[in-house]
Amino acid sequence: MKLGLVIDMDTCVGCHACAVACKQWNTSGTTGPLSDTDPYGAEPTGVWFNRIRHYEVDDYPNSKTINAPMSCMHCEDAACVTVCPTGASYKREEDGIVLVDQSKCMGCNLCAWACPYGARELDPNEGVMKKCTLCVDRIYDEHLPVEDRQPACVLTCPTHARFFGDFDDPDSEVSTLTRERGGQAMMPELGYAPVNRYLPPRNKPHVPTVEKKTASEGGAIGLVASWMRRQKEAFDAIGVHDGSRAEASAGARTHVGAATPLPGDSADDSTPGVLR
Amino acid sequence: MNPAFSVIFFTVTAGAGYGLLILLAFARIAGLAPDISPDQYTATGLLGLLLVTAGLLSSTFHLANPKNAWRSFTRFRTSWLSREAVFAVVFYPVAVLWLISEWLFGNTGLSVFLGLVSATLALIVLVCTAMIYASLKTIRQWHTSLTPVNFVLLGLSLGALFFLLVLVSQSLPIGRLVSTAVVLLVVSTLAKLVYFHWIGQPAGPTINTALGFTRATVRLLDVGHSSGTFHTREFGYQVARAKLIWIRVASITLAFALPLLFVSGLVGEVGGAHVVLAAIAAYVGVFLERWLFFAEARHVVNLYHGSQRT
Repeated sequence: MKLGLVIDMDTCVGCHACAVACKQWNTSGTTGPLSDTDPYGAEPTGVWFNRIRHYEVDDYPNSKTINAPMSCMHCEDAACVTVCPTGASYKREEDGIVLVDQSKCMGCNLCAWACPYGARELDPNEGVMKKCTLCVDRIYDEHLPVEDRQPACVLTCPTHARFFGDFDDPDSEVSTLTRERGGQAMMPELGYAPVNRYLPPRNKPHVPTVEKKTASEGGAIGLVASWMRRQKEAFDAIGVHDGSRAEASAGARTHVGAATPLPGDSADDSTPGVLR
Repeated sequence: MNPAFSVIFFTVTAGAGYGLLILLAFARIAGLAPDISPDQYTATGLLGLLLVTAGLLSSTFHLANPKNAWRSFTRFRTSWLSREAVFAVVFYPVAVLWLISEWLFGNTGLSVFLGLVSATLALIVLVCTAMIYASLKTIRQWHTSLTPVNFVLLGLSLGALFFLLVLVSQSLPIGRLVSTAVVLLVVSTLAKLVYFHWIGQPAGPTINTALGFTRATVRLLDVGHSSGTFHTREFGYQVARAKLIWIRVASITLAFALPLLFVSGLVGEVGGAHVVLAAIAAYVGVFLERWLFFAEARHVVNLYHGSQRT
């Protein structure tokens, strides 16, 4: 088995609920506590297994906000395990989960230095390294209903942007999503073969934008004319299209004396979906 | 990277000790100090062991949970830190036997043999220490073969100056050792300048590969934490560029230029005062060099915190 997470960057709204659920479950679980320093003070800081960062990808007008929740990638070639001098860090053969045996850790920080993803944090109170366990104390708990045997972050996600499963099974949800949506690894060039995959945003049709017209454009007459044109378009759109109204609308346009083309009129009329 | 005093003191001081012991093993074979007496030889060896021990003890202050430090001997096959620990411990009985045989029996084949074994082990420890840093692909300023080269060269240079200090204090001839020290200082200066040039070239992961968006610019909007984290404290250490340049100049001047000036005979016949000044300047200079080694290192996790301006 190769257990891991798939995170959908298209639907993630960056609410940090997964980080909070993770902290709640794990601080009271077998790896806890996740110590906090100065929790209610001016500079609160503490151990988290999951952190969410927010980015802007590409430039205006094509820019998009991306939320990137990051926890342990449970790398197939985990550098943190390789560098560990005490054997406290290990990767389970049966399911690929990378764990820290806190009773063996000497707190040298070398694994945190070796991890490119910032997945490991030293608990200053206990002097040992802590990290995401993929909720190993939950996913195998047979006292829980089957649908609850998932990591806390996955269960809590309000937009269903997180998926948990076995990447070794080609028909699992995580494998299928990765295949169909082009799931990507973070920093694959370092060669640690991270397991978690991130689904890039779906390609949505491009929405063209135009500069918003100011009220003074075309003067008072232009304002009235464009208002009337919008009424006509609205009626057209809902299917009210009897001749009298259409004529009245057309008549109104000539009536207000807009003999000369209004600024931007011809271009706008041929461009569907114009925002204004 | 946060420059931790305990680790800087450890690598500089233990490095100087190992360098001194390596050169001591070659004192008679290579004629660095042909007239040294067994007692003086043993005393010099003890000075080397003292430096090494002080350094190794300091390294344990870096551990957050030192009661488990003994476990660091268990992952010899994969971890450079474990290898360093194992070789540092294996080194001791061999080096102690070497010094005892020298003290009791003088300059014998046994002493030479044990000296060479100790020197080999000392070199291995130096390389292992450097490989802890050089093996980290996440820190590109460390992930280079220049790292072990610099650690070994600087250890030997400091060791040569400390050895000179001993010879001068015992009024022994220093001719051969002075030329050795000059060669070592020149080569380590060159290696360090190559390193400074090399880390000036942009390389390694970018925010694009870090997030998987390789066909557009990526900008940080928010780091997601309201005050510092373990990562900002451990990896986010930043020094103003002007200050870094100033410290680089000070480090090169103290570690290389001044000692070279004093021991090359350019400012008069090399005497006691020259050697003392050279050794002090070099120790402080290498301390600054090792501080820079940490302060200039940039961990890739900083990319996620917006370290790359786009």
